[in-house]
Amino acid sequence: MSSVIRAAGLRKIYGGQAVVDGIDLEIRRGECFGLLGPNGAGKTTTLRLLLGLLGPDGGRVELLGQAIPQQAREARQRVGVVPQMDNLDPDFTVAENLLVYGRYFGMSDDQIEARLPDLLEFSNLTAKRDAKVPTLSGGMKRRLTLARALVNDPDVIFLDEPTTGLDPQARHLIWQRLRELTARGKTLVLTTHFMDEAERLCHRLAVMDNGRIISQGSPRELIADNIEPEVVEVFGETAAEWAKTATQFADRFELSGESVFCYVRDAHPLLHELQRHPELRYVHRPANLEDVFLKLTGREMRE
Amino acid sequence: MKMNIYAWPQFSRRFVPIWQRNYLVWKKMAGPSVLGHLADPVIYMLGLGFGLGAMLPEIGGMSYLAFLSAGTVCYSTMNSASFEALYSGFARMHEQRTWEAIMNTPVTLDDIVISEIAWAASKSLLSGVAVLMVIWLLGLAHTPLSLWIIPLSLLVGLCFAAVALIVTALAPGYEFFMYYFTLVITPMTLLCGVFFPVDQLPTMLQGVSAALPLTHAINLARPLLNGAIPAHVMWHVAVLLGYSLLGFYLSLVLFRRRLAQ
Repeated sequence: MSSVIRAAGLRKIYGGQAVVDGIDLEIRRGECFGLLGPNGAGKTTTLRLLLGLLGPDGGRVELLGQAIPQQAREARQRVGVVPQMDNLDPDFTVAENLLVYGRYFGMSDDQIEARLPDLLEFSNLTAKRDAKVPTLSGGMKRRLTLARALVNDPDVIFLDEPTTGLDPQARHLIWQRLRELTARGKTLVLTTHFMDEAERLCHRLAVMDNGRIISQGSPRELIADNIEPEVVEVFGETAAEWAKTATQFADRFELSGESVFCYVRDAHPLLHELQRHPELRYVHRPANLEDVFLKLTGREMRE
Repeated sequence: MKMNIYAWPQFSRRFVPIWQRNYLVWKKMAGPSVLGHLADPVIYMLGLGFGLGAMLPEIGGMSYLAFLSAGTVCYSTMNSASFEALYSGFARMHEQRTWEAIMNTPVTLDDIVISEIAWAASKSLLSGVAVLMVIWLLGLAHTPLSLWIIPLSLLVGLCFAAVALIVTALAPGYEFFMYYFTLVITPMTLLCGVFFPVDQLPTMLQGVSAALPLTHAINLARPLLNGAIPAHVMWHVAVLLGYSLLGFYLSLVLFRRRLAQ
């Protein structure tokens, strides 16, 4: 498989602090690649470096065969971007937003008009064609932003937290559309801090923290590489006390408020032990990406 | 490779679609906009021109109203470009994040800054033409030379848009623009011969006046409206162009620095 994005030793320094600190990436054609990390991990800065919107303080980037940032203009001709914050034109209708944006790619009005019906249908906005942006719901605005990113029929689409702030229905619709895009052979690069989003959408993931990639691979690989396969979450006022007496039943414990997370290779002895403690409630489930994420980046709040 | 914020600007035709975007926004509010371009200068000209003018002798062979009309054309075009490049420019850059959306396409910051100057100058052109029509309607200019006011409006627009963009590039918020109006624009209107001839000022202030771009605009506009070819045309044009180019380059450097954060 050919790679569409290659980054080696990428660094960006702000005020003496490395926000992106030596990142190597190889993103293949047709895959959905996720950058995962807590706020401030350097995800957005990495995207901006890959797009050539920032000059790196070290390292090299190649996007669609073009050297970045030197040839960023040529590369961006075939790229679409869904930014983290909405920046639609509030004075315009849905259709006008697409028309005006297409012109920035050097497309003629006829070319853009010809693409409008498909773009509107893809984003479920056909009925809203002439609605002004301020009258749209949050989900509609996101879908319009996605349609706008597709106006030039790009090969690569960058999405910075594409579903942040959306309700579950709106989020599922975006996910469905993104899967359709990968099915059409588009390459997607997205940042997120929603683990279910990453697990559902991404073929491969890189977990970032403090400007570095701390683990990389498919969601399954990340789980297999980093964490025990099963988790038992134990709740109750006495859970923490109980955990001190039950160390032999789990490979690892993590305490979070009144919950104890028990990571185990085989849950049977632990479940048996829990039968003896009717005052404790528990959930037994397979380990997921969120467990990996919290293990790698810690449970403490980032503010 | 680090980006060099001092790099020479790259010119391309890609600023045109941004100009078209601004035009489409403007078209939706053209009524109030044109009214705004007309109301302010007309009120000044009629209020001061008739009120004050009735008490004043002729100045350099023209009525006070005619004298004031040349100042008003330049003052209005200066204001149009300044407001556009400050408030609307800041909204596009900061509040609406329009620039951010545009920079995700093959259009670059250089194109955006050029588009801001071109658009603000277009608003000046409109403003200049509007005031010129009022001047014609009031019978204050009877000369075909007055048509030169049209390209002059564009040049004054380029100049003040470019200078105002420096302020926009530095502004943390809208309140910041009050400094520019209070400390630069208002003194400029009083020092540059809008309301009274510059030679009424103390010698030291005349020197300051000679360095300000509005003076040079008015030194071109006043003879043109009065049917005379201005003295030192090339010098005045050069000063206005110089401010335009310097403002453009400085603001571009500052925007590059600001947006690379």
